[in-house]
Amino acid sequence: MNRPLRRIALGVLILLGVLLANFSYIQAFQADELNSRNDNARRLTQAYSSPRGSIIVGGQPIAYSQDSKDSLKYQRIYTQGPLYAPVTGYFSTVYGSTGIENTQNDALAGKDIRQQFRRFFSTSNQGKSAGGNVELTIDPKLQQVAAQALGNNRGAVVALDPSTGAILAMVTSPSYDPNALASHDRQTQVKAWETLTKKKDNPNPLLNRALREAYPPGSTFKLITAAAAIDKLGMNPNSEVPGPAKLPLPQSDNELPNWDKTQCSPGSDTTTLIRALEHSCNTTFASLGLQLKAAALSDEAQKFGFNSTFEIPMSSVKSSIPTTMDQAFTAQSAIGQQDVKATPLQMALVAAAIANNGTMMQPYLVSRTTTGGGGVLSQANAKSWGEPISDQTASMLRQMMIQVVAQGTGTKAQVPGFTVAGKTGTAQWETGMNTHSWFVGFAPAGEDEQPTIALAVFIEGVGKESTDPVVANSQPRAAPVAQQVLAAKLQ
Amino acid sequence: MSAAGYFSAAKPRPLSGLVLLTFAILLSISGWVYTDIVQRGSLPANLLAYTAAFIAIFAATHIAVRRFAPYADPLILPVVALLNGLGLVMIHRIDTGRQLVAQADGDQAPTAMAITQMVWVGLSLVLVIGVVFALRDHRQLQKLTYTSLIVGVLLMQLPLVPGLGQTINGARNWVSLGPISAQPSEAAKLLLLIFFAGYLASAREMLTLGGGMLWGIRLPHARSLGPLVVALFVGLGTFVVQKDLGMAVLFFGTFFVLLYAATGQRLWIFIGATLILLGGALGYLAFSHVRVRVKNWLDPFWDTQDQSYQIVQSLYAFANGGMTGVGLGRGNPRLLPYSENDFIMSLFGEELGLAGLIAMLLLYAILIERGLRTALIARDDFGKLLAMGLSVMFALQLFVTVGGVSRLIPSTGLTTPFLSQGGSSLVANYVLVALLIRISDGARRPAPQPVGFHRLSTTTAGMVGPAPVSPPPASPPPTPPSPPGPVNPPPTPPRSNP
Repeated sequence: MNRPLRRIALGVLILLGVLLANFSYIQAFQADELNSRNDNARRLTQAYSSPRGSIIVGGQPIAYSQDSKDSLKYQRIYTQGPLYAPVTGYFSTVYGSTGIENTQNDALAGKDIRQQFRRFFSTSNQGKSAGGNVELTIDPKLQQVAAQALGNNRGAVVALDPSTGAILAMVTSPSYDPNALASHDRQTQVKAWETLTKKKDNPNPLLNRALREAYPPGSTFKLITAAAAIDKLGMNPNSEVPGPAKLPLPQSDNELPNWDKTQCSPGSDTTTLIRALEHSCNTTFASLGLQLKAAALSDEAQKFGFNSTFEIPMSSVKSSIPTTMDQAFTAQSAIGQQDVKATPLQMALVAAAIANNGTMMQPYLVSRTTTGGGGVLSQANAKSWGEPISDQTASMLRQMMIQVVAQGTGTKAQVPGFTVAGKTGTAQWETGMNTHSWFVGFAPAGEDEQPTIALAVFIEGVGKESTDPVVANSQPRAAPVAQQVLAAKLQ
Repeated sequence: MSAAGYFSAAKPRPLSGLVLLTFAILLSISGWVYTDIVQRGSLPANLLAYTAAFIAIFAATHIAVRRFAPYADPLILPVVALLNGLGLVMIHRIDTGRQLVAQADGDQAPTAMAITQMVWVGLSLVLVIGVVFALRDHRQLQKLTYTSLIVGVLLMQLPLVPGLGQTINGARNWVSLGPISAQPSEAAKLLLLIFFAGYLASAREMLTLGGGMLWGIRLPHARSLGPLVVALFVGLGTFVVQKDLGMAVLFFGTFFVLLYAATGQRLWIFIGATLILLGGALGYLAFSHVRVRVKNWLDPFWDTQDQSYQIVQSLYAFANGGMTGVGLGRGNPRLLPYSENDFIMSLFGEELGLAGLIAMLLLYAILIERGLRTALIARDDFGKLLAMGLSVMFALQLFVTVGGVSRLIPSTGLTTPFLSQGGSSLVANYVLVALLIRISDGARRPAPQPVGFHRLSTTTAGMVGPAPVSPPPASPPPTPPSPPGPVNPPPTPPRSNP
């Protein structure tokens, strides 16, 4: 009977081996995938049961964990929830996490390898701060001013330091209160979520308009068309360019008019590049687009970051421009309509690249991460993203943008005592609807001055356009918002 | 690997067993203290009292085993003590977690399951002592072959008695009488095993030398097969009516493995496997809870919030544990339903990680391997078949439960031996171990001098025991005769029995 017995012993051993192999597969190979599944509340619940690190702006925590008296142990608190929600994101046991809470989870939860090492050698983790802190580049004063200036309008403000890429303000409106989504009461979370994501008449407060949505950039895109004209057609601000009241579009029955239906330089069908930008002449830039052709135009835009995503560390959506278009579409795209779409972050980067003498810096939000005890885990370094334009091109564009604010369409962005460079934009996104309003710019922009702030302000057009010109003209505009933010930084 | 001569020469080795048992007890108590420090930040209340009680019951068992079964394999009890100790630690840890939650939320504290379980451990060990004391020779059980069958079958019918039976999780396999509830199938599985072993030991030759051949298998006479078939169908029928498929698989699997062992005909294994698959398919068609379990196995993420919640949470627990685990007392039993029962292995996986699971599987492997080795060296057919049946049944139960919670196979709802909370299963498994200890003692005891008439199995190819022993007058414990086998002269005991 011993022969079958030995076989049976071997069989039993194989069964145990299969169990072991299965455990190894789950715990060593499948674990990451299982841990990152959306419906896995385990990591979040665990994160709630130990103190999570703080998110810090200007030395003050804007998100931190507080000892709660209930079973989840730690309550996440956002001191100025709606103001910083576009940055912090939320941290919910039911709906997962977004923003810095999501992208910096390893540091905040203490999962950074160096923090784990320290904890391994500590005898007990009871009451000790397990998580690390994340310090942001945000300037609280600018964030506050930008949010107030934007008010109840739908839109976004992105401001950054052009010489480093550090993001100084990122506001989107409407915002939401992440405290409700961090509630330990499931019902409170569910109710808040349902309000935020309801289907009907929803301004979509969870959408980060600065990063996660691309809009037609309108006339602010003329900066890129101008840059291409300088680089690729050898122009300068005083070059003579076409500027009729209307431009017939090739391969089409349509005509493209100037916004005020007049010639750029009264009495002439030509004008200078500088005057065309100052008055935001559609016909000039549309015809420049036709001269450049689709490939050259999209090449210029891609050098500024179109068709790329940015990780700040949250990832942006791509700003887009097609690489091939027919002539009519190219002309429309050259003035920032039709197939061109840009995020407010992207347009702020265009302004920043011009401000920084043609070098575009990688945008970032996290200045450094530290352990609970104060040791530095990581420190941001300013990095160049690329050099879309030359030094000379940048200085010509700066010269023209100063004129825009000094005596062109952007006068509302003037800050007394400082030179401001900028470009306005009005973008049609659907016929008969109110237009989007843009402003991109930087300051101080005087000769030999190093600009300390570059920004993009975007206000979404909402509702039907009024036929009454008074009402239509009283639509909120971006330039005054930009003025307040620039003034707050400069003064 | 001529293990037979080697191992049957065992000396009583009181020290190694004691050292290992002390280690197992120390490890269990440290685990207990550790979870309280992690969870409450303080030493457990009643540390000394419980430690003393824990040591006392295992020490008493150890002494009883040494006294009444001195040659028994010294590894069995320590391994069981460690597994059971770990189970108690985990149940206590779940208790503490629930108490802390209740305290924080201002609810009433739930009753401590660990204390009840501790009482069951005590009762089980008393039973172990009783078995090794009262049952001096396992062959006594062979005389109870048919009694076991009748009592076993009757026990299995108990849950079907109206007013007594209870349906839990789709299976009607519990009885409850007042405050006491029990799973009679746990006791029945042992009794039926005794019947199988006893019956096959005596009918073995008739089974192999029986009637005609069919597809290369020698069909036994209907006369000798009859009682077996009857027992099998009564058992199986009961399980189907009770819808307890885990137990049916266990029962069937063990039965066919025993049949293979007794006859040496491999076809029995295939027949058994086919019948299990067939039964599974019929169960799938007949019972909705089986269909759900199969669906959860094939695609665990189809209904993560409801139907497949348990298996998904179990997988998440394993994943969260990763290689080294999150640490004892730091997992999430609140997210894991039945973490003290069917899913206790998932919680071990989360808190101790792959490293801990490997260690625990090795403990189980040692136990099963010692059982099978006992079968290998047992001197009589009944002892061989019983020891093997006990080990195989134990191994199958482990495979079915642990494989079920880790999505290797569809889950069937059996308890994890020695870890899960629950009295019936614990008592049955301890009796199983007591029987193994008893058979092991008989197998490793120096051969009695006048060569016994019951040593039937020497016919099988020199595998068994020392050949008829050369005559130094037998004296039981103190000076066991050295084995005469030419190959393995091991008078140096420490190496011979690692």
